[in-house]
Amino acid sequence: MRNAFAQELTRLAARDDRVVLLMGDIGNRLFNEFRDRFPSRFFNCGVAEANMMSVAAGLAMAGLRPVVYTITPFVTARCLEQIRVDVCYHRQPVVIVGVGAGLSYANLGPTHHSCDDIGFLRMLPHMQIVCAADAHETAAGLEAALQQNDPVYLRIGKKGEPLVHAERPKLIIGQGIPLQAGEQITILATGNMLPIAQEAASRLAASGLSTQLVSLHTVKPLDTALLRTCFEEKSLVVTVEEHSLIGGLGAAVAEWLADGPPQRARLLRIGTPDAFLHGAPSQTAARAAWGLDAESVVSRITDFHQQSCNR
Amino acid sequence: MTDAAGQNPPDLAALARRIRATVVEMSHHGGAPHLGSALSCVDILVAAYWSYLNVDPANSQHPLRDRFILSKGHASSALYAVLAARGFFPQAQLADYCRAGSGLSEHMAPGCLPGIEAATGSLGHGLSLGVGLALAGKIQGRGYRVCVVLSDGECNEGSVWEAAMFAAAQSLDNLLVVIDFNRWQATGRSEEILAISPLREKWEAFGWSAVELNGHDIPSLREAMSAKHFQVKQPKCIVARTIKGRGVSFMEDDNNWHYRIPTEEEVQLARGELGQP
Repeated sequence: MRNAFAQELTRLAARDDRVVLLMGDIGNRLFNEFRDRFPSRFFNCGVAEANMMSVAAGLAMAGLRPVVYTITPFVTARCLEQIRVDVCYHRQPVVIVGVGAGLSYANLGPTHHSCDDIGFLRMLPHMQIVCAADAHETAAGLEAALQQNDPVYLRIGKKGEPLVHAERPKLIIGQGIPLQAGEQITILATGNMLPIAQEAASRLAASGLSTQLVSLHTVKPLDTALLRTCFEEKSLVVTVEEHSLIGGLGAAVAEWLADGPPQRARLLRIGTPDAFLHGAPSQTAARAAWGLDAESVVSRITDFHQQSCNR
Repeated sequence: MTDAAGQNPPDLAALARRIRATVVEMSHHGGAPHLGSALSCVDILVAAYWSYLNVDPANSQHPLRDRFILSKGHASSALYAVLAARGFFPQAQLADYCRAGSGLSEHMAPGCLPGIEAATGSLGHGLSLGVGLALAGKIQGRGYRVCVVLSDGECNEGSVWEAAMFAAAQSLDNLLVVIDFNRWQATGRSEEILAISPLREKWEAFGWSAVELNGHDIPSLREAMSAKHFQVKQPKCIVARTIKGRGVSFMEDDNNWHYRIPTEEEVQLARGELGQP
């Protein structure tokens, strides 16, 4: 996803001379082409994320379109107050890009895990949150983000993720992308869990549970029209994310559900627990440990659906 | 745009006294603290707005205007009063300061009044914002300058020093920082809370061209801001030695006035000392 990000950013910077890249001393050679083509709009801001974020806000105040890039915890939690005050309170069109979201860097340890970033940023007024599922959504999400007049947080993986979309989808911030139709169950997956959710949806369908799959790339603002339809028509709606059940997509949907009229469908939330992940597992092993592999997702959904039917 | 420098400047010392009297009254009527902090930086703001800054009160959003950020946002009453005196909005609007429902909060909101470039109040943000504005000027080839006023207590914040190193790395010679060095922060001597000295040398060590002067000497401030003795290709820093509560004898260097609100009687005493009938 990070290569797709760098390529798309370079393409968009050629089209719009307001686009400026600020990065926090990561991505060895990733931005060489951008730097060579647009040296006056490329800034390595060093390992100083608080300053980097406020500088971005200042650039935006002067009419530029800054894109701020570094590893997810450092471009979110590390400089949260700068995002809150300088970006969101001033309502500046800064695009914040977190690379290695969720458990992408599982083997680097909890300092580099990011299963809380959506929660932190979702609380901030004016912030929009887009979680890209693959390289195509990364590129489409970046293009859409740079067209906004409010801040956007774009949450991406690292590299080598499987492609979900055969080609670049039409991505509208705030509108989910239906990928597979189904009658009984809806899976709303966000970001880098979409490939797992896709596999789970196929297996569920093969086992006779008609399952709809939606890429709900935007966690904020929620696609409430889509939610209403799913909760009215299906018997079960499942959220799937590589993020804590506290504060993420599942929490956002649960909040929406709690504040609205009673719905037909029940809600099952699949995400990470309220814990740090110790050891140095691969992302695949980390997902298996926390029940985020396709097999675990299928059995959670099957069991929950069975229990709901038996009530 | 009009540069207030040179063209028969008003008696700036007298102007600063009038502004101080206004600031004392604003604290009383608004029930707002931080009076000592506001009085401390009035001369710096007067020198900036009547000398350095190329701004047009009638066209406060001009893209080529110089930008000013009061990073020590708790001293907003001083900036509000200075902007009113400079003609950005009617003096009568100062009556809204900290009045419930007026929308003029103690810490400036974005765009709350003409001339307010940024909302501050959480310390350690203003310099980085100013760096962003200065960098944008370089990227866009616009010749405007950026001035940011910090407090010495604010230099506790690590983000200030992140910004200082980045500004030096980018050779932002269109950026001027003035530090209101009144040697107090909220609850104690800034020297004793964190090791702030030697302050000028710190900024120099961080790659800035820095001078130190009496921050209540308006002619010295104006001369220093004109940047004649600054190095080229470096951001500029003025360490302005000031007295918290400056201008009112019973407030000067008394840190209780970080939080105290003056009574009606104290307002009258202060006005008298400041030569206001």
